[in-house]
Amino acid sequence: MSVKKDKELAKQFYTVMYRTRRFEEEVFEFYKRGLMPGLAHLYLGEEAIATGACATLREDDYIGSTHRGHGHLVARGADLNRMMAEILGKETGYSKGKGGSMHIMAMDKGILGANGIVGGEIPIATGAAYSAKLRGTDQVTLAFFGDSASNEGTFHESINMAAAWDLPCVYIIENNLFGISVDIRRVTREHQLSKRAEGYGIPGVTIDGNDVFTVYETVRTAVERARKGEGPTLIECLTYRWQGHHVGDPGEYRDPEELAEWKAREPLGVLEGKGLLTEKEITQIKAGVDAEIAEACKFAEESPYPDPSEAYSDLFVD
Amino acid sequence: MRELMVRDAIREALDEEMARDSTVFQMGEDIGVIGGNFKCTVGLRDKYGDLRVKDTPISEQGFVGMGVGAALTGLRPVVELMFADFMMVCGDQLFNQMAKITYMSGGQCSVPMVVRMPLGGGRSSAAQHSQSIHAWAAHIPGVKVVLPSTAGECKGLLKTAIRDNNPVIFFEHKMLYTTKFDDVPDEGEDVCIPFGKARIVTEGSDITVVANSMMTIKAEKAVKKLAQEGIHAELIDLRTIVPLDTETIIRSVKKTGKLLIVDEGHVDFGISGEIAARIMPDVFYDLEAPVQRLGTGNVPLPFSPALEFPLIPDDKSIAAKIREMV
Repeated sequence: MSVKKDKELAKQFYTVMYRTRRFEEEVFEFYKRGLMPGLAHLYLGEEAIATGACATLREDDYIGSTHRGHGHLVARGADLNRMMAEILGKETGYSKGKGGSMHIMAMDKGILGANGIVGGEIPIATGAAYSAKLRGTDQVTLAFFGDSASNEGTFHESINMAAAWDLPCVYIIENNLFGISVDIRRVTREHQLSKRAEGYGIPGVTIDGNDVFTVYETVRTAVERARKGEGPTLIECLTYRWQGHHVGDPGEYRDPEELAEWKAREPLGVLEGKGLLTEKEITQIKAGVDAEIAEACKFAEESPYPDPSEAYSDLFVD
Repeated sequence: MRELMVRDAIREALDEEMARDSTVFQMGEDIGVIGGNFKCTVGLRDKYGDLRVKDTPISEQGFVGMGVGAALTGLRPVVELMFADFMMVCGDQLFNQMAKITYMSGGQCSVPMVVRMPLGGGRSSAAQHSQSIHAWAAHIPGVKVVLPSTAGECKGLLKTAIRDNNPVIFFEHKMLYTTKFDDVPDEGEDVCIPFGKARIVTEGSDITVVANSMMTIKAEKAVKKLAQEGIHAELIDLRTIVPLDTETIIRSVKKTGKLLIVDEGHVDFGISGEIAARIMPDVFYDLEAPVQRLGTGNVPLPFSPALEFPLIPDDKSIAAKIREMV
């Protein structure tokens, strides 16, 4: 790849990762101020995965997302105002306040929904891939999920079928090492989850999920393969979440040294270390994103709550 | 009208809808090469190809969820579960995903999907292949629930289900698949039976009997016998329980003053209690006797016919209950 192209991508990646970072920080602030109902599972520290992976997609491709899904939506270019409004339970939100953080959905961006059930989105994403094959398009679906979802039955059932039928789906494990408090290394014998690909007869690879370029290049290869009709790939991205499982979980079950090690090579820092962006460029990107985020927060905070009667709409469509 | 077996009427509906709309496709266990465990899809794989009539591995969560994903992206999946009991195996995809995504998205999307599955006892299939668990489905907001009785109903209601833009769970009774009915519209007639409109099977003035699926057939036999004894029951076949046609039930009960609800689900926390409670504000002062219920005894379905058959209402027990009430 040319240096010029790398610089362009670096700018794009930094913008999206910083946007995700700032979005999540503000979600956390809303929670602390008591303005966010319920809980949210933050993507802080994992920004490189959604950013690098979604950059490989076309407008008409699909993604399946998770309970830790804000980053996937931001990376897909979802409307920040409507996202933040949804997270605050406002009528201007993507789902008019009916979904919230865990079910945030942006069909206009091909996002088949975040999902409150661990592993619940894996078959749905696989079905979108089946649909593309049946309709004869070359659309690709990315299925994001965590390390814990890889121990759900849906993981096995879905990947087995996708492999059997060469479905255009790329399975991305965001391995942040923990399922709430349980370390994946305590509940699996083989810790390298991508090795499971061999059992399905598909390619599997484990990569540094905090290096956005590595994610981008790996997913791009898998997406190209899927688009050509050559079937699915399993990509395990190693990463770490900064917070506990959700905003209300301090995550004290983790080794502080381990957290510090991962924070020392967090996605924005790793990208800065590549020397592709000048300080001035970084400052400019940050200023632009900060303004967008401030606007999203203002929009969400000032938006009205839905009328209680709205609880009965949208159960069925005509 | 033509005479047809239920399984053939179902196949005709699937065939006609697949021919009419290229976005309709089917997935399920054994539906392709052998045409289904109950032979409802015979010949369709040959006609429409492997991708549109897909034999799946035994992965109910996986392929029901794939149906949801396909429905979200422009297709109309018809997914077959080999037995209604397997609903529990894929409950998350049916009830946390399929039923809720439209609502959770604030109406951004729709899930035009049908899940067909056979329910009911009477075949010595024991506790995990005999249940009538339609009340489970009806309890979750966001799915329509269909319980056809006759071949004509199976065909007309299935066509409606496939064209509906919402998730539909379509319960077929496994003991009716090879039963012939003469209520199937002639070839070339495109008849869709609307949801939420019950059928009055026989008119009568002494008592109202509400039933669905196989219980309609058994109740009809009972009601015919009783007519010879001078007891005139009005039999209502619900066809769908979500939506539920309370209007037809209320109108009938106002006329007869008595109501027996027959449903093959377990009586405890089943749909009969729901129907009774739902119409009560409208009929309380018209009732001449307490509303009564008949259903399957509250134990898992046992294997031996000696144990199983007495647990499920039949024409004799229905007739006896009606005699007792009038």
